Amino acid sequence: MRLIDCAGLGVRFGKTQALHHVDLQIDKGEIVTIVGPNGSGKSTLLRALIGAVPVTEGRVMRSPGLRIGYVPQKLHIDPTLPITVARFLGLPRRVARAKAAAALAKAGLEDLGDRQMAALSGGQMQRVLLARALLEEPNLLILDEATQGLDQPGSAAFYQQIEAVREDLGCAVLMVSHELHVVMSASDRVICLNGHVCCEGTPATVSAAPAYRALFGTGTKGALALYRHDHHGHSHDELNSTAAE
Amino acid sequence: MILDGFLLRALLAGLGVALAAAPMGCFVVWRRMAYFGDATAHAAMLGIALSLAFSAPLLAGTLSVALLMALVVARLGERGIAVDTALGVMAHASLAFGVVAMTFIPGVRLDLMAYLFGDILAVSQGDVALIWLGAAAVLALLSWRWSPLLTATLSPELAQAAGINPDRERLFLTIALALVVALAIKVVGVLLIAAMLVIPAAAARPLAHTPEGMARIATLLAAGSVISGVWLSFAMDTPTAPTIVCAAALAFALSNGGAWLWARRKPS
Repeated sequence: MRLIDCAGLGVRFGKTQALHHVDLQIDKGEIVTIVGPNGSGKSTLLRALIGAVPVTEGRVMRSPGLRIGYVPQKLHIDPTLPITVARFLGLPRRVARAKAAAALAKAGLEDLGDRQMAALSGGQMQRVLLARALLEEPNLLILDEATQGLDQPGSAAFYQQIEAVREDLGCAVLMVSHELHVVMSASDRVICLNGHVCCEGTPATVSAAPAYRALFGTGTKGALALYRHDHHGHSHDELNSTAAE
Repeated sequence: MILDGFLLRALLAGLGVALAAAPMGCFVVWRRMAYFGDATAHAAMLGIALSLAFSAPLLAGTLSVALLMALVVARLGERGIAVDTALGVMAHASLAFGVVAMTFIPGVRLDLMAYLFGDILAVSQGDVALIWLGAAAVLALLSWRWSPLLTATLSPELAQAAGINPDRERLFLTIALALVVALAIKVVGVLLIAAMLVIPAAAARPLAHTPEGMARIATLLAAGSVISGVWLSFAMDTPTAPTIVCAAALAFALSNGGAWLWARRKPS
């Protein structure tokens, strides 16, 4: 089942053309990663898909039963605003305490319901945001550079959590990331974006594509080697021991 | 009996304003709109002058100018114009124009102090009724929009993803703010409205764990400040609105000072 289908999508801010001619399909249950340099329109694309940015050209078709869970880049809580994790999870619709605790557990957290949001660590905050997205019972989970500000073991652990969630819920995952080697290993499909879709395909296809190399240089070769090593599953121990938070 | 008279009316008027201003003030604090609230209040001076010139009801003049000011500034903010400067120019210009314009209106006995610092002891029964009606409208608006407003305050992006339009919510907030300003002028005057918005909310912050809790505590503190302020100003023969604000400021100092001491007491 196709969840999202956009054709010829373009977004223009005033005179700036942020995106043009983007064709993108997301099918049920797949993991799609968008990579691209800064200013390539990655976040704009996600926002256009959730409807936060008006589409100026083309169209976005959303399947009727589509439920999107959105995990933003990061959340800054103003220190003047007191809010517990439980209350945050109940916005904008109140949820029962048990349901909130279950969502937190799915996101890999103990029941932090009474904790102040401002007292959370970066990793806990991202997991709370993930839990909030899971409360929507999404069939599409959208993550916008969700690990920005986390260290490498922290983000590796976070992506493992995403994979666990995907297996649990069977939802599709669409994410944007800088951390190519971590993210690409888990992806079914990678889309390389720079205002338009430069190339797309399996992680191996994209990393070998000239368009991708032109954007990211060959500096990622080593990182991809790490990914390949990890993906074949010879030894997870090294990664896992550092990934434990 | 004195309670049947001006003092009771003053108390009721002050409590009405506290009831609307405190929860509104929480949003002002959370969204860092303190200066915005101040500017809207200053602009209301022009509204007073206009109402006097056209012999229109004071509420109509102040409400429309406050609303206009709030909407223009909100729009400037959306376009990314330096809001800080725009606010400074517009707020003080309309305050100055308002004061100057008033001197040209024939037959008006100029009681500037009453407009700048309020004249709570002179409120009529009609004023009290109007204030409570207005406060009810503000509270109804805020409780109707509470969840979406709070979500949009926390993160416009998360609000968008949940199908909430942050711009629309901000418009509701702007209307509520203009309403609070128009209601509060008679009670605390244009210079101290921002104090009634910001100080109770800021005093409530260290005592609260949730947004709703903060709004409730702010309302209690604001009501307490009104009651003690009216009583103290009567007992010591001081100007009422400034005395109310002094009481609120004292509550702020106590709660924040107490929280600071509490945090230092615990080894961390």
